[in-house]
Amino acid sequence: MSNWAKGLGLICLAGLGGCQAPDSTSTPTDTRHYGYGQPVSAMELSSWDIDVGPDGAGLPPGRGTADEGEPVYLEQCAACHGEFGEGMGRYPALVGSRESLTTDRPSKTVGSYWPYATTVWDYVNRAMPFGNAQSLTADQVYGITAYILAMNEIIDSDTEMNAQTLPQVRMPNRDGFITATGTDIHAPVCMTDCVQEVKIVSRASDSALARQGE
Amino acid sequence: MTRSKSDKHPEASARRGFLRTSLLGGLAALTAGRSQAEPAPLPVPPWTHHPGAGVGSAPYGQPSSFEKQVIRRFLPWMRATRESSVSFTPLADLHGIITPSGLHFERHHAGVPAIDPAQHLLVIHGLVEQPLKFTLQDLLRYPAVSRVHFIECAGNGALEQRGAQLNKVQYTHGMISSSEWTGVPLRLLLGESGLRKGARWLLAEGADAAAMARSFPLDKALDDALIAYAQNGEMLRPEQGYPLRLVLPGWEGVANVKWLRRIEVGERPWEMREETATYTDLLPSGKARQYTFIQEAKSVITSPSPERPLPGKGAQVIKGLAWSGEGKVKRVDVSFDGGRNWRTARLTGPVLDKSLTRFEIDWDWNGREALLQSRAIDETGYVQPSYRELRAVRGTASMYHNNAIQTWLVHADGEVENVQLG
Repeated sequence: MSNWAKGLGLICLAGLGGCQAPDSTSTPTDTRHYGYGQPVSAMELSSWDIDVGPDGAGLPPGRGTADEGEPVYLEQCAACHGEFGEGMGRYPALVGSRESLTTDRPSKTVGSYWPYATTVWDYVNRAMPFGNAQSLTADQVYGITAYILAMNEIIDSDTEMNAQTLPQVRMPNRDGFITATGTDIHAPVCMTDCVQEVKIVSRASDSALARQGE
Repeated sequence: MTRSKSDKHPEASARRGFLRTSLLGGLAALTAGRSQAEPAPLPVPPWTHHPGAGVGSAPYGQPSSFEKQVIRRFLPWMRATRESSVSFTPLADLHGIITPSGLHFERHHAGVPAIDPAQHLLVIHGLVEQPLKFTLQDLLRYPAVSRVHFIECAGNGALEQRGAQLNKVQYTHGMISSSEWTGVPLRLLLGESGLRKGARWLLAEGADAAAMARSFPLDKALDDALIAYAQNGEMLRPEQGYPLRLVLPGWEGVANVKWLRRIEVGERPWEMREETATYTDLLPSGKARQYTFIQEAKSVITSPSPERPLPGKGAQVIKGLAWSGEGKVKRVDVSFDGGRNWRTARLTGPVLDKSLTRFEIDWDWNGREALLQSRAIDETGYVQPSYRELRAVRGTASMYHNNAIQTWLVHADGEVENVQLG
């Protein structure tokens, strides 16, 4: 029995769906083992396997406080995100707007919107600073993460962030997300006399964005 | 002497006779009222006298120089940098269901990496029996699958959520493109690595300078997910992920990770930035819908449109595009009076699963203002909503997955304007 067949068996037994028969006219046989890939070791993967899960899985050794992260933030991040995380131009704000999500102009900052502190670490580590990604040390990423959390008054400036403490940080919007299951829109099908009043309420010719042009 | 076909088929003969009479009648109507002067013979241009360019003068052919206006466009003020921005497909200029590769919309998070395929690898690891690495050459050895699918950015139409903003269908709807994607079914590669107990979610990660990463459920991986290396018959364009991208048919563009370097198998989603801080649909309650992968049924009339005004009153063929991330488009209805009454359009085919689909409908325009709309219905029975229906649930700040019905106001002079109805 191939690895694949074993894997498929597991999934079907677990009742997770997705094990319907493939369309034989358009897909190759799934049970054939080709063996063109080569084994890859944990050592080889270590430089690429950078993801951090919400439970902290993947966080490397290291540490940092907001006080230690502040100078790194000011050097590496403030030019785009502002000295206080307020954002510059179209670069996103990182701080504040806690009560904005139900307003007409919500602002999705780390403090107002992000559900997990681990995501801040993961994103700074994988993609920041913009223009020189994956150049920070683990300690620097812990320090910057701590500084962003402290600016949002989620932790104190001397609280150490490390692989144990970071996943325990409870973000203000931790319960703000609903996993989508099926559609939330159920529109009717109507063919005649469907609308009582047809009224134009906005026009591109009145729009400031359209005037801003290309 | 053999008998003519018309002798054998008197009915067909009669039909041809009728056609001839009505065509001649039409011609007579056309020429009536025009100048009686005999028109000059049609011109014979220089290219009919002298040979053109020889073979090999364009080793990689380009569109006619008269099509220079058919390009991707972007809005410089839209994003902080061009490397993290969007360019839009010129939908009004295109035909059929395939988007030319060079016109496929772009959305990058850290620019387009110039990847040397000889230095690129795909690794599959995590909850697998044997972690594996594949070169592009390895992947080319596997059985290949080719399928036509659209890819639509979840943010397509985001700027329109508060009201009509941009006066081009290229900007209101141009974050969708459709290609024939060729590659290896992901389930085949997961068969090579094997799966371990507990495997339920996967992480796909790019090799770009954002290391853009998204979680997606194993069900999709085992259903129709593709590790694509080719697009429309040639290797992927750099803007579309050269040398490898994930294709999750019908699912939001961002999950179709480009420049794919790594797939990790795990138990639960990773809660990456692009599935928490962004690409989540904020509702009026302050809660946000997350993992809203499916691009639900949507359509838009591309002619007429702001780029394609009506040339004059009389007979028109209204043309547009429809699609659904849940399957085939079953039906498209068109309204000429702002959604009060609807007529069913014809699907001009091909009608493929999770692919752009063409529709057309004939219309006699009386030269007065009209409000044109199209409404897609897919094979699951899902009906594309109006803005009123969408906003009743999602409000005006949800940003993503705006699939509301588009309204074009046709002015008396034939110009077309993007408007929204109350």
